[in-house]
Amino acid sequence: MEALKQELKGKIIEVLNLEDIAVADINDDDALFGDGLGLDSIDALELIVMLDKDYGIKLVDPKEGKNIFRSIETMAAYITEHRTK
Amino acid sequence: MYIQSLCTIGNNAIILNGETVFTTENQPFADFSKQAYHHLGISYPKFFKMDSLSKLAFLAAELLLKDEPESGDIALVFANKSSSLDTDIKYQKSISDPENYFPSPAVFVYTLPNICLGEISIRHQLKSENSFFIFDAFNPEFMASYANILLETQKAGKVLCGWTEYINEEYKAFLYLVSDDGTTIHNKQNLATAYTK
Amino acid sequence: METQSRLIKIKMAKEVFITAANCITPIGFDIQTNIKNITNGTSGIQLHENAMMKNPFYAAIIDNEQLNKAFAKITQAPFTRLEKMMILALHPIVNNPDSRTAFILSTTKGNITALESEDIEKAQLSVLAKTIANFFGFTTEPIVISNACVSGILAVSVAKRLIQGGMYDKAYVVAGDEVSEFVLSGFNSFQAMSDAPCKPYSKNRSGVTLGEAAAAVLITADSANAKTKILGDGAINDANHISGPSRTGEGLFRSVESAMKESGVTAGQIDYISAHGTATPFNDEMEAIAFNRLSLENAPVNSLKGFYGHTLGASGLLETVIAIESALQDTLFPSHGFDESGVSQPINIIEKTTAKNIRYFLKTASGFGGCNTAVVLEKVS
Repeated sequence: MEALKQELKGKIIEVLNLEDIAVADINDDDALFGDGLGLDSIDALELIVMLDKDYGIKLVDPKEGKNIFRSIETMAAYITEHRTK
Repeated sequence: MYIQSLCTIGNNAIILNGETVFTTENQPFADFSKQAYHHLGISYPKFFKMDSLSKLAFLAAELLLKDEPESGDIALVFANKSSSLDTDIKYQKSISDPENYFPSPAVFVYTLPNICLGEISIRHQLKSENSFFIFDAFNPEFMASYANILLETQKAGKVLCGWTEYINEEYKAFLYLVSDDGTTIHNKQNLATAYTK
Repeated sequence: METQSRLIKIKMAKEVFITAANCITPIGFDIQTNIKNITNGTSGIQLHENAMMKNPFYAAIIDNEQLNKAFAKITQAPFTRLEKMMILALHPIVNNPDSRTAFILSTTKGNITALESEDIEKAQLSVLAKTIANFFGFTTEPIVISNACVSGILAVSVAKRLIQGGMYDKAYVVAGDEVSEFVLSGFNSFQAMSDAPCKPYSKNRSGVTLGEAAAAVLITADSANAKTKILGDGAINDANHISGPSRTGEGLFRSVESAMKESGVTAGQIDYISAHGTATPFNDEMEAIAFNRLSLENAPVNSLKGFYGHTLGASGLLETVIAIESALQDTLFPSHGFDESGVSQPINIIEKTTAKNIRYFLKTASGFGGCNTAVVLEKVS
């Protein structure tokens, strides 16, 4: 799962236009929303699109996103379990 | 009323009150705007989520509002020709291939020209009158009249007005702050002259 | 001295009226047909299955056959679908435009479908405005307002301000938007679209239902045939977020406050509010909070989006046209789609058609970018 976590860090920096942040700056269990990386509601929606586009996962209930996107750790775990790509 | 200050952005240069404050070699707007952001010492990560039209408007507003207190009663009256078409075209591409169909909310939100007003409002905490107009070309008569009406009816204390046009790497921002402080009288003739300089 | 002369100027501001109106919607190509359907509880929202979306979706869409049949009575010349809607809306009310007549067009996306064939020129809003202007012989430079979902009511405010400011004597205002794949897919990407017809202010509301329409009004300083007087307006930004409304309804609060201050009308005098009510969880909640802050919690309020869907750039004007009719008929129309209150602060949702004396009424709207607009109107007896 290590490779996936690194991949995710790179992806969110790119997809969410996080200009001043490097992969090394993001810890696996940093909070992505709220006080951590400070992502907002549009970022959450973009991550839902990313799950579909890059990993073939269609979220049935977008509210699930809150738990899935808590951290890189939780994202990687969810993707590993549900990916179809 | 007077044109308190004026900022133009175009051809890889930012000019504030007649002085060039930043200029680069010819390059894509994304690079130009990023370098301008750093050169002007701005620290606002959300900048990099904005589309080109919002970045253009944001940079000019940043310079013009630098010395204004936050949350001022400064109305925003902007106009352009191409609306948000540059981003609209980008968004349309994301839905044009049924095999690669991934509409992006982060792009879609910018498919409205008034979003740039929202970005400026948020940055400077301007809970003020906002409106975005579309004209075939910069319309000094309308802009002067409408801004004056807002000021005379006390709907605003100052007005940040501008033409912010962006389409396919062609960009021009002509933004100015109208207030009761300044030396150049705010009227259509002076605006027309300043615009074509 | 300067403040005094400014105040005198405001006090002596010309009165501005709405003296003609029309609308083209899925439930009628004239106002009376729309009112009949509203009174019958007939909504324009239906389930559609077509190439615009992968799965069937609810929307309020104008029937193409009816649209083309009505338009053919005016001309055989080629126009886009949106242009047909706008021309049909304006046609019955345009009369003798001159050099003191403004032409204001409100739209969010205009002829956006032109991008499907990569025709960027056709998608330009100024080109759309010129096309409509040329059809009617408007000679002044068209003024296009593209300010998200407040555009339609902001156009009313702008017309009134321009007339009071002496720039024009009258203004024809048209507002329109179409349901398109562009917009459907976008709202869908925001998870903002409801699976069922929208339920404004309701506990189980789950998002918008999109719609399309065109509406037109004549706004003038000439009181002959006046239906309504425009008393005050405000169009203030939340300064909070570009896609979600302020949790305290700050911009809407200030917009209504500005409109009411200018009009001299107090909260207790407002007989009816035609609100925005898109049926997203956040918008409706924000409105309830703002209306309570304004002491408007008892004013009868409805959203017309249960009948028309969210018609974007048309909504502010279309809903104003129907609100005017409400006032003229002293009838409050129900907030179609509402069942059980789902907002945290109480507001007085109109649940069934009710007779009521309506003199002062308020139109509000909010939109992407944190924008808000409020206009206070008075029925002219």
